[in-house]
Amino acid sequence: MQGHKNAESWGPLSSLPGNPMIWILILSELMVFGVGLMGFVIARDIDPVGFAKSQDSLNRLAGAINTMVLITSGLFAALAVEARARDNVQTSRWWLLAAGSFGVIFLIIKAFEYRDKILHNSAGLNENFLTLYFLLTGFHAAHVVMGLVILFIVGWKNNLENIETGTAFWHMVDLIWVLLFPVIYLLR
Amino acid sequence: MKYQSQKVAFWYFGAAMALFAIQVLVGAIMGYIYVAPNFMSELIPFNIFRMLHTNALIVWLLLGFFGAAYYLIPEEAERDIESPMLAYGQLILLVVGTLGAVLTYVFNFAEGNVVFGQQGREFLEQPLWVKLGIIVAALVFLYNITMTVLKGRKTAVSNVLLLGLWGVALFFLFSLYNPGNLSLDKMYWWYVVHIWVEGVWELVMAAILAFLMLKLTGIDREIIEKWIYAIVALALFTGLLGTGHHYYWIGTPGYWQWIGSVFSALEIVPFLAMVVFAFMMVWKGGRDHPNKAAVLWALGSTVLAFFGAGVWGFMHTLAPVNFYSHGTQITAAHGHLAFFGAYVSMNLAMITYAMPYLRKSEPYNQISNMISFWLMAGGMSFMTITLTFAGIIQTHLQRVNGEDFMSVQEQLGVFYWMRLGSGIVFVIGALLFIYATFGPKKVRA
Repeated sequence: MQGHKNAESWGPLSSLPGNPMIWILILSELMVFGVGLMGFVIARDIDPVGFAKSQDSLNRLAGAINTMVLITSGLFAALAVEARARDNVQTSRWWLLAAGSFGVIFLIIKAFEYRDKILHNSAGLNENFLTLYFLLTGFHAAHVVMGLVILFIVGWKNNLENIETGTAFWHMVDLIWVLLFPVIYLLR
Repeated sequence: MKYQSQKVAFWYFGAAMALFAIQVLVGAIMGYIYVAPNFMSELIPFNIFRMLHTNALIVWLLLGFFGAAYYLIPEEAERDIESPMLAYGQLILLVVGTLGAVLTYVFNFAEGNVVFGQQGREFLEQPLWVKLGIIVAALVFLYNITMTVLKGRKTAVSNVLLLGLWGVALFFLFSLYNPGNLSLDKMYWWYVVHIWVEGVWELVMAAILAFLMLKLTGIDREIIEKWIYAIVALALFTGLLGTGHHYYWIGTPGYWQWIGSVFSALEIVPFLAMVVFAFMMVWKGGRDHPNKAAVLWALGSTVLAFFGAGVWGFMHTLAPVNFYSHGTQITAAHGHLAFFGAYVSMNLAMITYAMPYLRKSEPYNQISNMISFWLMAGGMSFMTITLTFAGIIQTHLQRVNGEDFMSVQEQLGVFYWMRLGSGIVFVIGALLFIYATFGPKKVRA
């Protein structure tokens, strides 16, 4: 891949931070989750009562805490970019570690939520709701795991373009959560 | 033609075109059987004709891909093919295997035999020995091409082509795995059938398109490489999990309906990207290439693939729609235009481009070649529309009203007549193409 030196010819993607290829991935991911959320809204429209009842069984507090956790993690990632832009390699690594740690906290909270849902309260709930809940949040959680790997790699191969590329992906992960949380947990 | 060993491609293209002729002639016979169901039924049953039609298609497309690789890899790697001998040996192996498969299908002389008997799975009916032969041929090919690339210049075009062709070989291995559980059997069967045409073949198509754009438009390699990386990323991103749209009704868990619907709905995106890519390159490229017919085929291929694979695929890919349309003539409409647009046309574009060089002449018979494009594209588009209408009516009568299969078929007669007509136009176009590229060289002043 060519990287920054001839990024000018990437058209509209050239002005974005990081490697333009990551933006093709980010746009694709947004399309996938966008279509998934559209499916959720349509399925909800078919059985609004069942969806409302199923939604009440979710742990909204855990979801809210996780929202804060991911947004905070995004802040740390942004600080890592800023530190690296000032040529402060070691500081940028610490911020990436902080961002990653909050990603792990997110996954732990999520795991407790799943455990609760699988073990205790899924009887009598709307099947489409459960399928989409697990698919969308599970697919998102898989992206958190992938994001952790990416943060590790860009912390290791530490340069500004790499860190911008990795954190762009990480911000996408928290952006998607910010879209999933209200639609799945809150929307009445 | 810069390298002597590129000549190998000539024989691959020749074998491919011979099978293409057989494929479309068998197709025309089948089109006639649709309106006169007892035609030849005592001699060769319809399902055998269908096997010949689909198998011939797949094999000739692969021969075309192999030929394309043997033509373009030397120019990309800037050296001769590692071993032209092996390349000819591989072709002989493939031709023997193909003849073996045809004889097995038509005469069925080894029914039930594990090694020599025809196997049951749709599209993978080849006897075991032919399958193994295909794998050996693929290994020979991959060795030959990979060594050529490794010792030569490495470009994005050859990397993507190699990735695609390695994928073709690896996923074919699933044709050997046939679990007893019918759901699992189908799951792995789609690993070959779907991941070929909606995954790795798209990489091959993108690589050939990129090569043609490089040669025909004169646009900088650097720009073309960016497009091809983006297209490949999109194709794999949507195509691999898009396999889920085949898992709706085969006994797999219900979440596949969501995964398949979401990802396969986006499979249109890489095809759209290929249209934009090809038209932008031709529009911006300064070069006025004399081989106008090759430009026409390359551009036409992206558009027809966008409609056939992209739009007609999307038409019935969402699970709630597919619940009604599954296995009706809608599928046939999509299958015909998708294969023709994406893979037939891209192969014909490559052949149109390469043949003048392989035969050491200026671009020739351009007019008849271009007429053949419009005959084939027109015939196939009309057939697609016809089958789409037939499919919509079939879906309604059979799946909504619940009428039985044969009485519905009878009511579709008029569409089958129109399909036969468009099919005959297509056959004329195909034969004209073969004449234009392989017939006498008429060099224009």
